[in-house]
Amino acid sequence: MADLMKQSPYGVFLDHCKKGELAYQVSDGKPFFYPRAVAPVTGSDNIEWRVSKGMGTVYSTTVVYTKDQPPHNVALIDIDEGFRMMSRVEEIDPLDVKIGMRVKVKMHPGDEKQPTYPVFTPAGGAK
Amino acid sequence: MSGLKRGSVAVVGAAESDLGQVAPHTSPVDLMAQATMRALDDCGLKLSDIDGIFSAATQVRTAPMTLAEYLRIKPRYFDGTAIGGSSFMTHVAHAQAAIEHGLCEVALIAYGSTQRSVSRAAASPREPNPYENPYRPFMPASAYAMAASRHMHQFGTTREQLAEVAVAARKWALLNPKAWEKEPLTVEQVLKSRMVSYPFTVRDCCLVVDGGGAIILTSAARAKTLKNKPAYVLGVGESLSHANISSMPDLAVSAAAVSGPLAYKMAGLKPSDINMLSLYDAFTITPILFLEDLGFCPKGEGGRFVQNGNIAPGGKLPVNTSGGGLSYCHPGMYGLLVIIEAVRQVRGECDKRQVKNCETAIAHGNGGVLSSQCTVIFGSASTV
Repeated sequence: MADLMKQSPYGVFLDHCKKGELAYQVSDGKPFFYPRAVAPVTGSDNIEWRVSKGMGTVYSTTVVYTKDQPPHNVALIDIDEGFRMMSRVEEIDPLDVKIGMRVKVKMHPGDEKQPTYPVFTPAGGAK
Repeated sequence: MSGLKRGSVAVVGAAESDLGQVAPHTSPVDLMAQATMRALDDCGLKLSDIDGIFSAATQVRTAPMTLAEYLRIKPRYFDGTAIGGSSFMTHVAHAQAAIEHGLCEVALIAYGSTQRSVSRAAASPREPNPYENPYRPFMPASAYAMAASRHMHQFGTTREQLAEVAVAARKWALLNPKAWEKEPLTVEQVLKSRMVSYPFTVRDCCLVVDGGGAIILTSAARAKTLKNKPAYVLGVGESLSHANISSMPDLAVSAAAVSGPLAYKMAGLKPSDINMLSLYDAFTITPILFLEDLGFCPKGEGGRFVQNGNIAPGGKLPVNTSGGGLSYCHPGMYGLLVIIEAVRQVRGECDKRQVKNCETAIAHGNGGVLSSQCTVIFGSASTV
């Protein structure tokens, strides 16, 4: 059983991010995301942390227009290991991010308010 | 829903509060109370007749309790289920269950919001989510925008087709004196408006206004003794799919595909038996998804279905005759106003926008980011 007095699911995820790793969980052979204290559906406490190879495919995408700031991408990424997460594709015009595009994870350093978090860049090719 | 009886309860009173931009310092509960008295006046019941309170509001965490205090009534039964804009369809289902079991006899469902006056950020602060907030999605628009992107990718739906939904809503709104928007709107204007979250411009997004409403439900037996026509609850269906958009299994299929069939089964009706639709139009993609998922066109055909004014006045299928959340009123959680329009159509109270011979209507609610879907089918006296 996860000991929530000692560490939280997000805390472990963040520790991995700080090492440049995109971490996710597996229980009974099934990957899931976001990280949880209890496996979904089964309720199992037999949960293993794994590190993703960091490759994924854009499942959907939008571009957010905010006053006084350049437009930015928001996307849902299907990670090759079998889970989906929200993220952002960088190093490309946000409107050029397309569904099916292959992408690779990198860590955004964050700032004082926002701890480091995973973003993606185009990896070339499409699915 | 299984376990509930077709036509056992009816909406007997329905009313909006003041809508649009209310006076400074008006509270959401002021709006609930105002709408409550109007809904009671609509059916000839008194405050003291209410023995069940159902309410949810983003600005009032303990809505049933706060409203009970304001009105100084002590309900025998109360329910504050809060699952976003569809909460009130759920309240109809739960009120029906409570009335059938004798837990209450006269149920009030009420809502109020001052989101235009106090700002949307103040009215509906985002919950912390370390897996989404760093990416600064403009919620809820960005979630629905990603559903629209999927629909466009998979089925060839176009921005022009999305815009047709906003144009149809505006045409209906021009027939509704209570609608916020008063000027015509074209597809070109929708496309050229300020971009919010691609592919949505501001005209693909619902209004941000103040407002509220109230409805009164009671047993079919008591409904027959009251002064106005009852709108009988023929069927209800509820479904929870996810909370966050990244956990939605398929962005092109909503859980209306679950709630709809539950409601049809209880009502003993099919889509072709329905005379008008009141569909939660938070964004232009939502009526397209719900037309598909509620069985009015095949999956993927929603964009083509809404073309050529098919859901506008004079079109094939009347949808959102009030003008909808896009052009009539959207006070944060719009579901109660979705219900009120369906009730009015079944009662024949809609004047210039009245659907002829409207005996059945769907009020379909959506909550969160396509997260909760709840369907209510109303029928006139001829259907029970």
